[in-house]
Amino acid sequence: MTAFVQYQNIFTRIQVRPPEPYPGVALPPDDVPREGKPTFVHLFGMFGDAQVGPIYLGIMGILSIAFGSLAFLIIGLNMLSSVQWDIIQFVRQLFWLALEPPPAKYGLQFPPMRDGGWWLVAGFFLTLSLLLWWGRTYRRARQLGMGTHVAWAFAAAIWLYLVLGFIRPIAMGSWSEAVPFGIFPHLDWTAAFSIRYGNLFYNPFHALSIVFLYGSTLLFAMHGATILALGRYGGERELELIADRGTAAERGALFWRWCMGFNASFESIHRWAWWFAVLCPLTGGIGILLTGTVVDNWYLWAVERRLAPEYPTLWAPISDPALVQGAPR
Amino acid sequence: MRPLKLSWTLQALIVLAGLLVLLIVLMTFERPSVRTSQNGFRGTAMEHVTNPRTAVQVVARNQVPEAQPPADGPVDANDKASAVYENVQVLGELSNAQFLRVMVSMTEWIVPKAVRDAGNGCNYCHNPENMASDEVYTKGVARRMLQMTRTINADWSNHVGQTGVTCYTCHRGQPVPAAVWATNQPNRAGLVGPHALGQNLATPQINNSSLPFDPFTPFLLGDQDIRNISPTWQPRQNTDDVRITEWTYALMVHMSQGLGVNCTFCHNSRAFADWEQSPPQRLTAWHGIRMARAVNRDYVEPLSPVFLANRTGHPDAPSPLRVGANGDALKVNCATCHAGVNRPLLGAPMLRDYPELNLVTRNPLRTSEAASAGGPSRN
Repeated sequence: MTAFVQYQNIFTRIQVRPPEPYPGVALPPDDVPREGKPTFVHLFGMFGDAQVGPIYLGIMGILSIAFGSLAFLIIGLNMLSSVQWDIIQFVRQLFWLALEPPPAKYGLQFPPMRDGGWWLVAGFFLTLSLLLWWGRTYRRARQLGMGTHVAWAFAAAIWLYLVLGFIRPIAMGSWSEAVPFGIFPHLDWTAAFSIRYGNLFYNPFHALSIVFLYGSTLLFAMHGATILALGRYGGERELELIADRGTAAERGALFWRWCMGFNASFESIHRWAWWFAVLCPLTGGIGILLTGTVVDNWYLWAVERRLAPEYPTLWAPISDPALVQGAPR
Repeated sequence: MRPLKLSWTLQALIVLAGLLVLLIVLMTFERPSVRTSQNGFRGTAMEHVTNPRTAVQVVARNQVPEAQPPADGPVDANDKASAVYENVQVLGELSNAQFLRVMVSMTEWIVPKAVRDAGNGCNYCHNPENMASDEVYTKGVARRMLQMTRTINADWSNHVGQTGVTCYTCHRGQPVPAAVWATNQPNRAGLVGPHALGQNLATPQINNSSLPFDPFTPFLLGDQDIRNISPTWQPRQNTDDVRITEWTYALMVHMSQGLGVNCTFCHNSRAFADWEQSPPQRLTAWHGIRMARAVNRDYVEPLSPVFLANRTGHPDAPSPLRVGANGDALKVNCATCHAGVNRPLLGAPMLRDYPELNLVTRNPLRTSEAASAGGPSRN
């Protein structure tokens, strides 16, 4: 059976289906068997592989889902309680509701449950769930004989999560420094965080993080586009083309060399992408960790180091009225 | 390759989802086009955005009623309202003509239109059998409000300038101004404690953000410190956490919304705290915060017992309730006067047409409504 494979489209047009769902390679004997009867879903095939399952849960997967669900439930019940258990208000206000960390007066002590204690409990279970899921990605990769690149990339994201909710609050001496669990509340927290610490845009690690964030999207677009565009020459065989360059690799390289004078190789582009993605939360986490612990006002820090330019003002300058009148507020 | 085949249910769901997204987009965003004016140095993004379509509506909403024909001042002591009428405590320095002019104007500015049209305008504050009587509570309130207006115009020119305010600046033909607030600091038993209950609910007064929804009690009634940003980059000298910053943020969001401006109207957003880079409007706003605080403290909050005793207001205008959930008077914030524009009534110098309001005496009142502090205070 031959299929006319055509990649010159922006949407996935091909669904490759074996006669039987592929059960996967044999696992080491100490692993529990995979679960679920594999099946094909046409809709899924439009976005990824049409085959669904079997899934490997294992003890870490089950515990991770259990603890994650527990954290989710605690957060949800606290949100529901803050609208007096009114389901309609819960749905209407869902994006606004939150489980807030304890107020500053408790420091690093365990606060009363209704005064932030639930935040600590939910955070504990969520962290446990994330770490177990990390263990799962590491162990599954090992058991399949793969490298552990995915697990370490995931660890970079967990680093940022831990800095925000665990490491920095401990360094500052108060759980109140942590982020609330909530959709809009964590966004408002982020904006207030930048304002409180004198504009995070002057934090060089924040700047690096943004470079890697936007750089990741750029690299992703460049790489995805290049491979799709090389489809008619077999460019999707990326790993073979690393060492055994065919016309696809040559044309792709030539395209970028002509466009910008330099090109990544079929190997290095994947390392570029991995490092850009991983460095985004790594540098971001460093920037957050330094904020409040080492630098309290990034704008003034940047002024002292001559990073922040001075702009002319277009009006007669004013001075702080609180200083003029002797009123402290 | 199989052609795409979706079930009818799925297709209907996709269409419904698309319509929902379209609805959200239409309801969320203002229809273009907008005009942008640059207010700061290039590159600082200090811009004011206006929409000509809504600007027309704003102008229509902020029209000043035609002034009453002017009246002459008193020719001698016998022409003064204090000599002509009994129990005149705050408008005694006016001539009889001026006194009547203010009465007519106040009726037009404050008494509900239905009551006025029914010919009961005077009765909103007076007992028609005995105009000198103080038995209608609104009369006592009106005295304090007149004194408040005088205080604002006399002592707070650093905020109201020479434009000044009249009753109409806030009331706009209603007994209760459209934008008022009462303390809203929830404290109840349950799973969630009080510290977390003060925020994370969509509230119009803070532009439906999830910030603390009553920034007014600490900042516009109390004098809690508004400043959170450190004046130095060195750490460990400022104990304010992000949570506390959110209270200031909420107040600022209210000011922005109440004045119909964005942050850069008063700040260079790259350094919010820095006065050197701030436009001069910030100075006016700084005094405005203190003015609202003084007005609430000295004039509005002390009237709480009066409003609590008349919580459904005057029989002719029983809605809205005259007190908040905690039984306190409905107080002023920036939106009370500004009503969404940075210069109330678009800067119309209405006070100029009402020199009578500058003759109000601020002596302590003889009646029970005067239970409040005597002289004006400033923070």
